[in-house]
Amino acid sequence: MSDNVRRVVSVIVYNESSTLSRITDLFSARGYNIESLTVAPIPESKYSRLTIVTSGSSRVIEQIIKQLHKLIPVLKVYEHADLVEKEMALVKFPMGENISDIDAICGAYNGKIVNVGTDVIFVMVADEPKRVSNFLNAIKKYHPKEIVRSGAVALER
Amino acid sequence: MQISGAQMVIEALAQEGVTTVFGYPGGAIMNVYDEIYKQENFEHILTRHEQAAIHAAEGYSKVTGKVGVAMVTSGPGFTNAVTGLADAYMDSIPMVVISGQVPMSLIGTDAFQEIDAVGISRSCTKHNYLVTDASDLARVLKEAFHIAATGRPGPVHVDIPKDVTAQIAEFDYSKPVELETYKPVTKGNARQIKKAIEAIAAAKRPLLYLGGGIINANAAYEVRELAKVMGIPAVETFMARGTMGHENPLLISMLGMHGSYAANMAMSETDLVIALAARFDDRVTGKLSEFAKNAGVIHVDIDPASISKLVNADYPIVGDVKNVVEAMLELAPKKIDSARYEPWLETIGHFDSLHPLQYHEDSERIKPQWVIERIGELLGDNANISTDVGQHQMWTAQFYPFSRPRQFISSGGLGTMGFGFPAAIGVKSGAPDKVSINVTGDGSILMNIQELMTAVEYKLPVINIILNNNFLGMVRQWQTLFYDKRHSSTDLSVQPDFVKVAEGFGGIGYSVSTKEEFDAALKDAVEKNVVAMIDVKVHRMENVLPMVPAGGSLFNMMLEYKDK
Repeated sequence: MSDNVRRVVSVIVYNESSTLSRITDLFSARGYNIESLTVAPIPESKYSRLTIVTSGSSRVIEQIIKQLHKLIPVLKVYEHADLVEKEMALVKFPMGENISDIDAICGAYNGKIVNVGTDVIFVMVADEPKRVSNFLNAIKKYHPKEIVRSGAVALER
Repeated sequence: MQISGAQMVIEALAQEGVTTVFGYPGGAIMNVYDEIYKQENFEHILTRHEQAAIHAAEGYSKVTGKVGVAMVTSGPGFTNAVTGLADAYMDSIPMVVISGQVPMSLIGTDAFQEIDAVGISRSCTKHNYLVTDASDLARVLKEAFHIAATGRPGPVHVDIPKDVTAQIAEFDYSKPVELETYKPVTKGNARQIKKAIEAIAAAKRPLLYLGGGIINANAAYEVRELAKVMGIPAVETFMARGTMGHENPLLISMLGMHGSYAANMAMSETDLVIALAARFDDRVTGKLSEFAKNAGVIHVDIDPASISKLVNADYPIVGDVKNVVEAMLELAPKKIDSARYEPWLETIGHFDSLHPLQYHEDSERIKPQWVIERIGELLGDNANISTDVGQHQMWTAQFYPFSRPRQFISSGGLGTMGFGFPAAIGVKSGAPDKVSINVTGDGSILMNIQELMTAVEYKLPVINIILNNNFLGMVRQWQTLFYDKRHSSTDLSVQPDFVKVAEGFGGIGYSVSTKEEFDAALKDAVEKNVVAMIDVKVHRMENVLPMVPAGGSLFNMMLEYKDK
């Protein structure tokens, strides 16, 4: 059996203030792991969409999905098998680094320089989570001052 | 109609047909209590502790099948209620619990008696609400009752800030509940049901494994019929006691940690488990990998998350157990030949005669099991039996002759000491024509002893029968068996004079050391019809047997304990 593999779960929830804590409480109460979680309203609806990256055996995932479904404000839950998945990262570099090198690497990961200040430059990339990790590895030698990852979002193919 | 939030609460409860509310007032809920004072729709029973209010509402709900309603104030009023909420959640009891909250302007300021009530209740309720506008109250309360009673039942908590109960707004309770995200499946899949029936027809040693959900769904009599039509034996979980009726020849007994030898062996030998609204609790299954090892599993449950959670179901059927059993009853007579299972019934009969549920009399002291049997002989169907938690609870489940569903009221999932007495008060108010017995222990009874006052005040003549062994008996039993007799903090030799305690509250007390005294005390208490405590001095070191040690296999039962 495929044990403890990475899973991406989308949850469509009724948009109210307590919903997010209901979901995160469920994960902590039942001992499930959250690797990343993103949430934003679905345009022109009263619902929000959460994308949760977690891990577990197929049995654990089945329980996670069923338990999520039991929450009253949850409309739909699906685990993605065949999906398009993207994540964004923002990185701040000191001005002294080699800007053209950094720009070239960004280009390879679907990114670019987005802001230039007096002391720092900002770059962004948007790619598959694994490739974002690769990018962050590749830019290590340019001494990034700060890194923020957005967490994954996904849609079924 | 334009009314205050507090009036809306009263109005909503009236529309829901609520006739009894258990509660305890306080600052943040005073507006509602002011309206309670003015109304005549329902009786309010003032318990003497908020925890007891919730347990009383649970007992009331369990015996009547209606949604139990309780009301408490903010802060400590609410936190005292949490154990009750958790208890109702674990045992799937439909409840609506309303708490007061500090005014909206003070929320988040660490105000007097402020606590994040919905934050706390989130993990021990089916759903909860913080109402921030009185114009939401009609919808919220209507949803609360709907959610509590439908699907897998459970407690719903509604937290209402004080200024919201004072706010005037429009109230219209006629709008139907619209919950796009909550639609429990109640009708079982016809194809799955057909497949399940075929599996039963092909099995040689099928076994009905009956859970408490049957009682919640009012499906006990349909289940009896199904067992009879198919000629298939049944084991009951603790929560399902009373489903089959003790005289039913197809009922083996309770299974699990303190189940009978025959019930646990039947579960170990079956080739097809037919689980009806049971959830494969660890106290039932013992070691999972050895549980019904060679059996297929049909699992009927209203809660999809219960299916294949612990034991994989070969035939999962999501639905209301009553609907599913009715659908099975249509197919069963044509497809299933009950004669096929006769050798299996014989095998089970053999198990039962090999090691029947029994105890050994003692010439000096009353055996606790005898007390349970004796209550059964004297009161039988005429009593509803609540219990606290511990040895007395297991002996009651083992030895009381339950004849109907909703006769046995006990804290199964959470195992809450202090549950029994307030629950028995709720039971008496919900079913006044039956004797309400609380079988308790000398440990448990002290956890809500103050409810003597409630029972006396409202003339709810609960008879508490204390199986007094001067021990926290169940923990003592585990210490004897698994901790080399180091009886750490379980000796209750120092205890009150329970007769005087009862009398001090205006009840009646009996101290009992012989069988004759017990008979006389119980008869007198029933006849006098007042709140009573019968303090029965029982054998101190009696153990609950058989026992499957925690994590052990069901078929490895400890049948006797011989002190070395």
